[in-house]
Amino acid sequence: MLKIKNLHASVEGNEILKGIDLDIKPGEIHAIMGPNGSGKSSLASVLAGKEEYEVTEGSIEFEGKDLLDMDPEIRAREGIFLAFQYPVEIPGVSNIGFLKTAINDIREHRQLPPLTAKEFLQRTKERQKLVDFNSKLVNRSLNEGFSGGEKKRNEIFQLAMLEPKLAILDETDSGLDIDALRIVADGVNKIQSENNAFLIITHYQRLLEYIVPDIVHVLAGGKIVKSGTKELALELEEKGYDWLKEDALNKTV
Amino acid sequence: MKSENEIIDDFTAREYEFGFVTDIEMDVLPPGLNEEVIHFLSAKKEEPQWLLDWRLKSYEAFKRQKMPKWQNFEAPDVDFQDISYYAAPKDKPKYESLDEVDPELLETFEKLGIPLNEQKALAGVAVDAVFDSVSIGTTYKDELRKLGIIFCSMSEAVKEHPELVKKYLGTVVPPNDNIYASLNSAVFSDGSFVYIPEGVRCPMELSTYFRINSQNTGQFERTLIVAEKGSYVSYLEGCTAPRRDENQLHAAVVELIAMEDAEIKYSTVQNWFPGDNEGKGGIYNFVTKRGICKGNNSKISWTQVETGSSITWKYPSVILKGDNSSGEFYSVAVTKNHQIADTGTKMNHIGKNTKSRIISKGISAGKSQNSYRGLVQIGNRAQNARNFTQCDSLLIGNKCGAHTFPYIESKNKSAMLEHEATTSKIGEDQIFYLNQRGIDPEQAVALIVNGYAKEVLNQLPMEFAVEARKLLSLTLEGSVG
Ligand SMILES: Nc1ncnc2c1ncn2[C@@H]1O[C@H](COP(=O)(O)OP(=O)(O)O)[C@@H](O)[C@H]1O
Ligand SMILES: [Mg+2]
Repeated sequence: MLKIKNLHASVEGNEILKGIDLDIKPGEIHAIMGPNGSGKSSLASVLAGKEEYEVTEGSIEFEGKDLLDMDPEIRAREGIFLAFQYPVEIPGVSNIGFLKTAINDIREHRQLPPLTAKEFLQRTKERQKLVDFNSKLVNRSLNEGFSGGEKKRNEIFQLAMLEPKLAILDETDSGLDIDALRIVADGVNKIQSENNAFLIITHYQRLLEYIVPDIVHVLAGGKIVKSGTKELALELEEKGYDWLKEDALNKTV
Repeated sequence: MKSENEIIDDFTAREYEFGFVTDIEMDVLPPGLNEEVIHFLSAKKEEPQWLLDWRLKSYEAFKRQKMPKWQNFEAPDVDFQDISYYAAPKDKPKYESLDEVDPELLETFEKLGIPLNEQKALAGVAVDAVFDSVSIGTTYKDELRKLGIIFCSMSEAVKEHPELVKKYLGTVVPPNDNIYASLNSAVFSDGSFVYIPEGVRCPMELSTYFRINSQNTGQFERTLIVAEKGSYVSYLEGCTAPRRDENQLHAAVVELIAMEDAEIKYSTVQNWFPGDNEGKGGIYNFVTKRGICKGNNSKISWTQVETGSSITWKYPSVILKGDNSSGEFYSVAVTKNHQIADTGTKMNHIGKNTKSRIISKGISAGKSQNSYRGLVQIGNRAQNARNFTQCDSLLIGNKCGAHTFPYIESKNKSAMLEHEATTSKIGEDQIFYLNQRGIDPEQAVALIVNGYAKEVLNQLPMEFAVEARKLLSLTLEGSVG
């Protein structure tokens, strides 16, 4: 589904991603862990098509197409979804109205007819229950005045509504209490299927107790320095990241 | 057809012969403004003596007036002698079919979802029998007449209801109010007249829309709305379709009068030609709009969506004379390219417990300049007056300007005044967020802008609001890039 090869990307002339290789297949859950500033959000931004990031080397293929060739909205319509680490507030724009526009734009791109009002309402109700999202928030302005946790949960609600092929969750767990975390994880597990894939960026292995990844990658200094099974997450929790940094350095020397 | 020279000859010849009181067959006056011109147009419209006298007095006031200097833009030089002050209403359509109309204009109509027949009417195409504006007009008129409501053109009102026009005309905006009001009072062409009798709630939105093809009201429009005790009316001015006009200067006057317990809601969508991308050829929209809450517990509410004109200069205001009366001003003003808007309101609190609410949302893009200018006056008798003002500015790009000039004059210590102001930029991260959900940048801006202006748009009657939303999106198309 997603093939990243030797990806280098920079912001304002500073190279942040320094040669990333990643291969994600349908039905898989990948986790990315790593210290602050290692480039996790940058990777997510490059995948979503944020303008500030300049890809200087490498390629990204999504479902056989060149992702780097597409504008951000086309990537979204092709099936990439990013649950932001810091979701923005958009005053006055209704959460539900915006989702309707988004869904129908995505459907149009896939040559599907727009959802009828009834179908849309039905999907809203169903998905809101699925991820246990407060119905009052569904009708409010987009993230306006939401608490940090509510914003994160709204990202998961949107994920459920938009049915992407590849969902990238950027530290969705941070700022959530243990109950909210469990609810979010439950939601993801319900949405997860043979046809979609998840890339879960997290700082703690806590979330990975609920969403079990197939592969765990460690990102440090703009590179994937280690990949392994879910046990790697536990190891990281115990030992921290420093030993990996040294490892990585040793490798490059 | 007479040649221009012949017309001028005719004109000057007659000046000597009859002194302009006679019926003349001319259709268009040559440019120029003097007493004779006023005699001429008043005679053309078969007006009573009192109205002619009133026009002449206004013209005297006009001659004494000077151009205001306080505005936040360089006022253009308007040569009042270079304008023609009378043109007979044109019955003849400009085009025979829509095929002859500028395709760009038609495309915009399409995007706004304006029905075909209305498109024709707006573009000045001969309208076929299916769209019988006369019959629509009469159906409404019958229903209104039963309730005793008068809704007609100002010219008609002068003929049919002279006592009402005489009683109220110029009582809210006196002829010497400002130079453009004086000019309008001297030479106004036509406009709307509305009278709602005591206790009557007007059952429909009154709209100039229905009068669009009946006549060309021209550049000096005059509107007067009187709501008697306990009555209610909602009035809609303008339409969302782009309107072109050969006249560069538009100087309208609107007067609203609300008696005890009466309520007037006045909504405007202004979309005159804004000029080309360089700002050339656009319309100057210099309007004086004012209402008076004359009786106790009365209410006047102005809502405006301003997207057109190269310069918009207007301050719909309310004089809160009656005790417990309230005034509202809701505004969205959008400027792009080289457009200028200097708009806001004046709330003049005179009565006790009077309330006013001002919500102004400026949106600037391109190289435009957008100013909010507001004055809240609290008189010494205005015990417990309250005002809430919120003026927000939204910037798109970094070559435009947003300015706010809030003035307060309070002579009563019991007044409670609240003022909030914000300036924000459409954030790249907001646009990116929406892009990431599959929404393209144009649509993203439209969503953000509509969200920003929501509080004002919500004040518009339902159908109008839908059109206004589309209009905002269309106006800003191509502003982000
Ligand atoms: N817009 C930007 N301009 C300059 N530097 C940036 C920008 N965005 C991120 N960076 C830098 O890139 C590095 C990686 O950041 P980020 O991807 O947010 O890391 P993580 O999500 O792993 O904490 C950091 O050193 C950060 O300061
Ligand atoms: Mg991050």
